[in-house]
This record gives sequence, C-alpha cells and structure tokens, in this order.
Amino acid sequence: MPDKSYKQIVVLSGKGGTGKTTISAAFTGLIKSKVIIDCDVDAANLHLLLKPERITSHDYYGGKKASIDKTRCDECGLCESVCSFDAINNFDVDPISCEGCGFCFRICPLNAISFNQVKTGSYYECLLEDGTKFYFAKLSPGEGNSGKLVTEIKKNALDNLPGDLKWVIVDGPPGIGCPVNASISSADIVVIVTEPTLSGIHDLKRLVELIGKFNLKSGIIINKYDLNQDVTSQIYSFSEECNIPVIGKIRFSKKFTNAIIEGKSIIETDENIRNEFINIWEQISMWGK
Amino acid sequence: MNSFNSTKEISIPGKIAVTSTGGSMDSLVSEQFGRCQYFLFIVPETMKFEAVSNLGEQMQNGAGPKAAELIIKYGADVLLTGHVGDRAEEVLKRGGVKIVDGYNGTVKVKDAVNIYLSNKSKEQ
Amino acid sequence: MVITVASGKGGTGKTTVAASMADVLNDCVYMDGDVEEPNGHILLNPEIKLTEKVFKTLPSIDFGKCDFCGKCIEVCEFNALINLKSEIILFEEMCHSCGACIYFCPQKAISEVPKEIGVLRYGTAKDNITFFDGILRIGEPSAVPLLKRLKSKIENGKITIIDSPPGTSCSMVEAVKDSDYCVLVTESTPFGLNDLKLAVDVLKIIGIPFGIIINKYQPEFRQLEEYITANGFDLLLKIPFEREIAEAYSKGILPVTYKPELRNHFKKLMTEISGKIKPEKVNAG
Repeated sequence: MPDKSYKQIVVLSGKGGTGKTTISAAFTGLIKSKVIIDCDVDAANLHLLLKPERITSHDYYGGKKASIDKTRCDECGLCESVCSFDAINNFDVDPISCEGCGFCFRICPLNAISFNQVKTGSYYECLLEDGTKFYFAKLSPGEGNSGKLVTEIKKNALDNLPGDLKWVIVDGPPGIGCPVNASISSADIVVIVTEPTLSGIHDLKRLVELIGKFNLKSGIIINKYDLNQDVTSQIYSFSEECNIPVIGKIRFSKKFTNAIIEGKSIIETDENIRNEFINIWEQISMWGK
Repeated sequence: MNSFNSTKEISIPGKIAVTSTGGSMDSLVSEQFGRCQYFLFIVPETMKFEAVSNLGEQMQNGAGPKAAELIIKYGADVLLTGHVGDRAEEVLKRGGVKIVDGYNGTVKVKDAVNIYLSNKSKEQ
Repeated sequence: MVITVASGKGGTGKTTVAASMADVLNDCVYMDGDVEEPNGHILLNPEIKLTEKVFKTLPSIDFGKCDFCGKCIEVCEFNALINLKSEIILFEEMCHSCGACIYFCPQKAISEVPKEIGVLRYGTAKDNITFFDGILRIGEPSAVPLLKRLKSKIENGKITIIDSPPGTSCSMVEAVKDSDYCVLVTESTPFGLNDLKLAVDVLKIIGIPFGIIINKYQPEFRQLEEYITANGFDLLLKIPFEREIAEAYSKGILPVTYKPELRNHFKKLMTEISGKIKPEKVNAG
C-alpha cells in the first residue's frame, strides 16, 4: 500500500439533521494538522461555523446539456419523442430535467441541437483562521449530479495536501446515494452520527449496509442519546450485531443549537461536551495508528 | 527460499501498463487510475514503451471502467498503479489484466517497472 | 390540489409537518417522496395493502447479432457500456435508461429489459388517509424514475400532500415540480436559514408558490424572520423548540395528536393554504 502520512475520516449520518456538521466542526476545533472538506454539497453548512476566507474558486462543469437552435429547428418533434426525461417541450430543452444523454443531439436530422458542457456549480478553496485549508462547494439551484462534484472537490483537496499532514476530515452528504459513495472513496475511517429516533435507527441500518461494502474502520456517535433511552439501547444492540462500536454519546441540549446560532463550535461553549469529544477523538486517533 | 530447486519458470509479462503523470519513463507514477494523465505501455524484454494520453481525465463519469477498457485494448497483461476503483477492477479482471496496486506517486515509472520485475523474479 | 412539503436541509421536521398536515386533513392522500430515507410510515403507521415493483429499463445485447462495431459505446454519454473485446458489459448503476444505444445499434442487437429499482407501497393510515410511499433500492443512483411512478398515482379531487426528498437536487425538483403549492420547512439556526435560501431559489426558478414554516423556533435567532419579512414571503407557522416534541418524535408520535393547540394551528394552516391556491390556479390559466 502507498505510504501516506495522513488518515482520512468521513463523517456520515444517513438521516439529515442529526448534528453531523456540528460534530465535524467540533473535531475541527480539537485537532491540529488537518485539512477539512465539506462534501455535503447539496446543502453546504460547515462554512457557516468555520467562517473561512475564500482563496480561490473553481467553476464546476457537471455535464453536458442539450440546447435547441430555434433558427435551424423545423419542429419535427423527433427530439421530444425520444427524450426519456420529459425534458423537451415545445422545442425547448428544460435544463433542469435534461440528464445529458445526447440522444436528441444525435438524432436531430437538421443538426439543430447543440450539446455542450455547462457550469452547474462552484467550489472554493479557503483558509481558516489557524491556517487550515478548508474546501466547500455550492451547486446551482436544482442541480443534481453531486457525486461527481464530491469526487472533484476531494481530488482538488487531496492533490494539494501539505506534506506531513495528519488528518483529512470529510463532512459527508446525508442519505445513502451516489454522493455518499463518492465521499467514502479513499477514506480510512467512517464516523456515523445517529440519533435515538425511530427514523434515526432506520436510516442508520441502511447506511451500515452501504458501508459494509467498503472495508473501513467505523464507529457510531449517538447524538441526543437521552431523548429516548429505549431506542438508544436498540442502537447499542445493533452496534454489537454489526460490530461497529459506539464511540460516544452526546446529551440533548439547547446549548448545541445556541452554539450554532452564535456561530460557535460546541466545544467552545461547554466543558462537558468538550470532554466527551476529547474522549471520542482519543478512540478515533487510536485507529489512525 | 532455495532457487536451485525451483521448477517453476519465471513468467515475464508481455506488456506492462503503468499509470503516469507524464509521457516518459522518467515521469512519476500516478496514484490515480481512471483519472491519470498518461498510460505507459512497456515491453519488459526491450524496455521499449508507448505513451497514451488518458481521455478519462476529463470524463464526467465512468472514467475508471473506460480506462480499464483502454488497458485491455492495448493488450497489457499487468497494470501498475496506486488505486483502482471497484468498477474498473471488475473490467480489468474480466479482461485478464493482473492489478498490482499500492504504488505511490513518488516513484518514477521506470523504477516502478524494475521494482515489479525484481519482486517477480524473487517470488519464483 | 397538490401540496409538497420540502426543506433545503434534512432534519428540519419536514416529515413531521407533512404527516401532521395529512393527520388534520384526514380525508386526503399522503405520499412519501423521500424515497432514499422514507420515514412517513413511522409517523402515520399505515396499514399497507399493496406493494408494486418499479422498474427502469436496461439494454441487453444479443451477442449472436452483435458485431462489436462499438456504436453503442460511442453514443453512451454515461460510460455505462465497456468493450472487453469478446463481450460488451453494462454497468447497470451507471445507465440512465436513455435508450440511445438501442436506437443507434446498426445490427438491432440491443433490446430493453426491466430492472427493479424499488417498490411503491399503498395503504391507509389513521381513518381516511390514503398512504403511498416509495422505497429506493440501496445503490440506485437516481430517485427520479421512482418519484415519477409515485406521482402518477395522484388523483384529482383529493388534496395530495407530498413529502419531498430533502436538499435541492434533481429528486427534490422532481417531487416539487407540478405542485400547486410548496411548504418549506426550516429551523431557527444559520444552517436552516442558509438552506432555506437555496430551496427558495429552486422554487423561484420552477415557479411554484410557497410559504414557510419555522420548526424548532427560537426567537433569539432573528436573522431568519428578518429574511422572510424583508423578502415579503409568507410565514405560515412557528413551531416552538421543545424537548417534549423531540421526545415524542423519537417514539414516532406526531405532536398534533396530543397538542390540541398545535392541531388547531395546523387546521387553520390548511384552510389558509387552500385559500392561497385557488386564485393562483386561475391566474395560471
């Protein structure tokens, strides 16, 4: 295996709103020698807590889209009839529905359809106050295809790492789809943030099924564990079943939300929470060795 | 290991593919497979090589399997690279290409080939 | 009448709002369009009566006819087809089912075969809620075909509440598209505000009228209400940030079922939304 100086941690949650981003930010505050990548590109939030300074921005071209030249089109309707995505109506392409298959472009008898790369978002290389590099992205409204953007932003970050770096922290996207797959690629450690709600445990199980396909060190953090002790113990039994340890649990607290409102990391606001995170981090850093 | 008693023949591959950041034997190995800049195809007997630029670098999706298709098309038996994704691995295996991964980007292509060949002869 | 409940950010309480709306209306259709993580069934507890498989189509090559000309590979923009010299293989999860390879094959060697991408479930919840949800198979790249199938079940005459996937990606657009009204659920944090703005951008582009519900409302975070007022958006409801509601949710209990006051708010809300939709419809022609 190649010798790299750092370990890459991906923080995932399955369900949205479990506190994944806040927890990623807490790790950021605890460790030195790190690079942070926000891969939750559909709703990037980590920058709201870390308040980075943007250095460079890159246009993201998320694929090709068709466009009809009205002056050459004789309205034969062939393009509309072959489009599987209902993206053509009245000889006009709806760029949000167009998936970029190019069928219409190839079939048009008058060559009236162009098929070019379009900009569907941007990503930014930033610096935090302590000099840490931070990356995040924004997709144009309604744009999907974020799996590829995740790959690109990660590549950009990983290609430009400082030499003796220790940690890369990736704030992963919610769900279990393609962007999650892309965010796990080249990871060493996965941290799953869950909450003791029926939907939380439901989504945790789906996420663990996906992670099982990769062979990674992983651990579970139960956020708001005291909300429902029954479900928390269910999470513990599930954790034993699938052999993924619970590495930490965090109390339900308005301090969490208040810290976000004040734009602070939670470890800056509460000593107990800070200690819990130090404890969690000790376990994770053991895996890094 | 006692090489005198070895009855196995040393099997040298006909053609080795290496992912590269440039078009010469002195270029560094690329750790990325699907999105590397060049593939170098090397015949070990003569150490002659052919450099092919990788279109997959610009592809929106499926760069890995496409690169694997190219390796098969050029008739390589062995691939030296950093890391190969699942889909590309499946294509390479089905195309009968042996994957030797874990090379890092600090090694020159010619050294990677030599390391591979010397390990190969030690094995047997 | 179709009302979609969406949110830029996950975990704001979108499903709670959608299910509460269905619960107070009672005589309505509820569709869980969050097919990657469908959770509506947990809150509404439906009795499932029918399950329907949903398929996409994939190309299948007849190697008796194929002469390896490579045309199918050339026209596939998604690189789903790979030539191994002795066969051409398909990466199913990369195929968007556009049909180009089938059409352009000179030998007519490619045909369509169905591939299951998930299921739709149909049932009844509470007394009179017609319940639908979709469950996408793990690893399927796109929720759009499943959402389209789900939306094909919309009937005129009844109010349909669609619980949208979170975020602002193509699956959210698919869920929201063609709705008469969209309820955006946000929360009193900078995250909530940031993601609300993203969702508003999408709704403006696709031209759907909308109103906003603030869940986990905390008066301390004034920027959210300032944004809503400054832009002249409709603030429909504020649901307080209470541990009790969070605890009930963790057990799968809807707050409107035990908080009569909140139930009344939701009832008024539904009347208000109905009032907003009718004139819009006329204007839209």
